[in-house]
Amino acid sequence: MANIRELISKERIYVPKKHYSVLKLVLFSVFSVAFGAFFAYAFNKVNFSIPNLIKGLPNIPQIFSAMFKPDFNIMISKVLPELLITICTALVGTFFAALFAIPLSFAAASNLVSKKVARGISFLFNLGRSIDVLIYALIFVVAVGLGPFAGMLALAIHSIGMLGKLYAGSIEEIDKGQVEALVAAGASKLEVIRWAVIPQIIPSFINFTLYRFELNVRVGVVIGLVGGGGIGALLIQYMANFDYSKVGTILITILVIVMLIEFTSTRLRKQII
Amino acid sequence: MVRTESLTKIYDDGTVGIKDLSVDVTPGKLTSVIGPSGAGKSTFLRCINRLINPTSGKVFLGDIEITALNQKELVKARRRIGFIFQQFNLVERLTVLENVLAGRIGYHSLARTMFGSYPKEEVEMVTAIIDEVGLLDKIHTRVDNLSGGQQQRVGIARAVAQEPDVILADEPLASLDPKLSHQILGLLKQFNEKYKITVLLNIHDLEFAKIYSDYVLGLKKGEKVFWGPLSELSKEKVEFIYK
Repeated sequence: MANIRELISKERIYVPKKHYSVLKLVLFSVFSVAFGAFFAYAFNKVNFSIPNLIKGLPNIPQIFSAMFKPDFNIMISKVLPELLITICTALVGTFFAALFAIPLSFAAASNLVSKKVARGISFLFNLGRSIDVLIYALIFVVAVGLGPFAGMLALAIHSIGMLGKLYAGSIEEIDKGQVEALVAAGASKLEVIRWAVIPQIIPSFINFTLYRFELNVRVGVVIGLVGGGGIGALLIQYMANFDYSKVGTILITILVIVMLIEFTSTRLRKQII
Repeated sequence: MVRTESLTKIYDDGTVGIKDLSVDVTPGKLTSVIGPSGAGKSTFLRCINRLINPTSGKVFLGDIEITALNQKELVKARRRIGFIFQQFNLVERLTVLENVLAGRIGYHSLARTMFGSYPKEEVEMVTAIIDEVGLLDKIHTRVDNLSGGQQQRVGIARAVAQEPDVILADEPLASLDPKLSHQILGLLKQFNEKYKITVLLNIHDLEFAKIYSDYVLGLKKGEKVFWGPLSELSKEKVEFIYK
């Protein structure tokens, strides 16, 4: 073992002092106090109250017990058809999102186009994502009326941003060597994309699209609550009637189907790579 | 076939890649470019087909001045220059045949290449090349399922499929063991002799260079310090190159 403690020369060593800036300290204190005050205000604003929580807790088992006596009579006639609509909404929505995101993502990949263009398109993706899907749903419900068509449009528009960003990311991560080889063989830009870029990105594109579809099935349920059709619409109808056993039927079915879709999609995605 | 005049590459950060390099490569022969790492061997090769644009100087391929071409003309000219990479640079998710056919891309219209539909006669030629590198039984195998040696043979086949005047091989052995190295150099030599393809081979291992080359270009710190037939490469000159 090297005896560093004894061998090292410490004569000229002093431990440099850490410097504190007074201005930073003051700013930090002011910020802390202000944030603390706002934090307290926030608790007040949400009517935070432990007694109310304790008073309300006994209601929950009541709702649950009603839910766990699910009414399976409506399964075939109501729940499954509506759930199918939600799945179709997610499917078509994801399809249109991918349709637009794929070409756009090539224009957002900084290794294919100029940095300026890539940043511009990425900004649009972020803009699209930053608006919540519920807002889109409300807009399209007003525009094209209640129902799955509005829900599908909302899902499509909302998904473009995320898909485009993920797609562009995988384009940027490709092995440059494969591109270089095609360039060296005298391939044009489009030919390089076709034979060196696309083969590399196909697995991750399929992967991301399937993932977004899973997500859209779940989001599609919520969109139904605000008028986007499908199972969500049925759910809010029963909720309004305090018909908890039917609500229970729907929630259990959604849980099972969503898990089934996720399971299948995960298996599929593992196969592709 | 390949001729350079005062070829110079200085990178943006000021590093000198090659300096004032003039050489008239003997056509139809195999020339080894030797020198310690950092001598500019890779820069030299990449300047020839302008994967790297030289700072100044000229490159000629036959009568064509490569350094004077615009982008469109350059894409065309590159068809006649095969390139073999250290890391193979195959499109890993495509089959052997698809990778080798990539060497034909430059000769066809976009309408054909987009769908990968090449004339029957060319598919036959490419198949024959794949046979010559000994991979006929793997022709429809995805290349990421091949061993390193096999992958480099696909790399060679792709370069040969271009029907090139010259093949530039940039350290093609660096990822391979000695036995495979002999195989790969043997193939290069074979194509060089059979089809009279000029080969420029970057190689750091002098022993291999001595077995397979006709001519040697010695580089040191980006400058030409030896050029001539292998027989003229004396021990002293080798020492000078690597010192």
